Amino acid sequence: MNDYIGIFLAVLLALLVAPHAQRRADVTWDAVSRIKFVQRNGVALSTYLILAVLIWVVFMIILPQLYMVNFSFRHNLPLADVGGPKDTLTLDNYRYLLFGRENDEELLNWLHLKIFFKTIGVSVLVTIADFAICYPIAYYMAQVARGGGARLLVLCLIIPFWVNEILRAFAFRILFGTSGVINAVLIGLGITDQGIDFLRADVGLYAGLTYAYILLMIFPLYNAIESLDHNQIEAARDLGSSWLRIHRRVVMPHAKPGIASGCTMVFMLVAGALAAPQILGGPSSLWFTQVIYQWFFTGLNWPQGSAYAFVLLATSIVFVMSVMRVFKVRFGEIAK
Amino acid sequence: MSSRTIMRLMVGFYIVLFFTYLFGPLIMMGAAAFNTSPFPQVVPWEGFTLKWFGQLANDDLMVEGITNSLFIGLGVVALSVPISLAAAVMMGQIYERLRPYYYVIVVSPVLTPGVILGISTLVFWDRLGVMANADYETLYYNGIFLTIVGQSTFISAYCMLVFMARLQRFDRTQEEAALDLGATNVQVFWKVLIPFLRPAIFSAAVLAFLSSFENYNTTIFTIQAESTLTTVLAGKVRMGTQPDLSALAVIIVSITLIGAIAHEIMRRREAAKEEALREIAKRAEAVIDTSLTAKPQAA
Repeated sequence: MNDYIGIFLAVLLALLVAPHAQRRADVTWDAVSRIKFVQRNGVALSTYLILAVLIWVVFMIILPQLYMVNFSFRHNLPLADVGGPKDTLTLDNYRYLLFGRENDEELLNWLHLKIFFKTIGVSVLVTIADFAICYPIAYYMAQVARGGGARLLVLCLIIPFWVNEILRAFAFRILFGTSGVINAVLIGLGITDQGIDFLRADVGLYAGLTYAYILLMIFPLYNAIESLDHNQIEAARDLGSSWLRIHRRVVMPHAKPGIASGCTMVFMLVAGALAAPQILGGPSSLWFTQVIYQWFFTGLNWPQGSAYAFVLLATSIVFVMSVMRVFKVRFGEIAK
Repeated sequence: MSSRTIMRLMVGFYIVLFFTYLFGPLIMMGAAAFNTSPFPQVVPWEGFTLKWFGQLANDDLMVEGITNSLFIGLGVVALSVPISLAAAVMMGQIYERLRPYYYVIVVSPVLTPGVILGISTLVFWDRLGVMANADYETLYYNGIFLTIVGQSTFISAYCMLVFMARLQRFDRTQEEAALDLGATNVQVFWKVLIPFLRPAIFSAAVLAFLSSFENYNTTIFTIQAESTLTTVLAGKVRMGTQPDLSALAVIIVSITLIGAIAHEIMRRREAAKEEALREIAKRAEAVIDTSLTAKPQAA
């Protein structure tokens, strides 16, 4: 099991090298050049296409992910023991997430489980909030605004999108800090006499997360609503539908792929966010990615960190699958 | 006041509110860069100053981070543009049956949390290094190399989507015409496909560079002992806050703004040019059509 990646790489390399090594063998060469793909692209191009795609798919996407999963089932061994008799498969890393240390008083590892459920729960809430904020704007941009006005709105939306994630979080720190703008306004209005610590209460974090990924919700929604023929809305209105009903029965069903796409993107990014929680999170509350980060760089326990990372990945996959099921859309429609 | 005007006012109010939410924090941050106060804050306003900008230039950590970020950005462009171009061309040629699976695999990095891409790249290359018995100085453990690879994993997917959108409008008869006229496959690729894809190559390169430059989640795991602009920034923001950060933010925001607007203008111009060409083609076709239909009548 330990060397299977090595073997796999060797086989792969052999497959890649073989055609070149046997170049002189006319038979092989003939067979290769008769493959439709090679005929169509020529030898040089085929080599480039296949090599580039293989490097990406195999060495950058599939093998690292598989290896991370494999790694998460291993003990945290010193380098000398890797591959030795102690290097066996284990479920310890996952057990730790659920039950913590064996001699703990509590049965479950509430510290990490709470963080995990908080991360997922807040991610869902932030996704819903983003949808609620973005839907009216997306609808306005796609169906109501015309010509130059609509284009200006789109441009205005793109600009904050290109501002660095860390700087966006930093901006919220300035807003919500104890001596920040919001506290200054509250004190000025006489609502409180000393600053409220929004950061400790995680208010800054939630607002920052909602803000950070708002554009990944608005653009899929906009694209989906824009393709709806305005006459359909007119027809529904002429037939006496209230505006609520128009949205529920005409616009939203049409925009379903966009809604699904926006929701999955936002959820994934919020659940996997690291910068915003590090900068805006209160000192006593962690985000799940921060726990992973700690395992890697403070705890120096990489297998444990990989196990936690895999749990996060699995949760994300489950979320995407259920969104696809609920909205009855295909994968291709989500990842547009 | 009719209900329609009230509705319109409400919509207008909502839009103003939305854009305040969008731009307010950024404007506040920018304003803090010019305040004399030693903390990054806007109120109380203690006076206008430019000294925070001067402090930045003397910050060695920051300068090193920016240099590394630029280098990594170029590396990501060099790696992910050729990969994504090949992947997009492959999408059109792969067996019909395999295509959905291929699609799911190559698009999955877009939907994978960035931290996980960073972690998997880190542990995978670490493992390869152990298997190859490599020294600590080699590529397997080099933070900059790992960051380029890790970022390219998902940036290639972004770029591939850009190329696929462009390829959808590619007229394959052009390729066939060139082949019929005796061009080789390589010539068709360089003289027909690449010129057609040029705007997309440009867009993809810009997208790749900007995404790399502002990436944090993947970088923080792969960068290890080195630093990039984002990791230096995050460290500074976490340590405590000084207004020179706001000054840096103002600089970065202005650069990205200029870049984004320039890109937008270029894209529009390209689109307008294409529209004009299409218009000409349509007119030419119309002329040919009328001459073709006119002839039999004349005869």
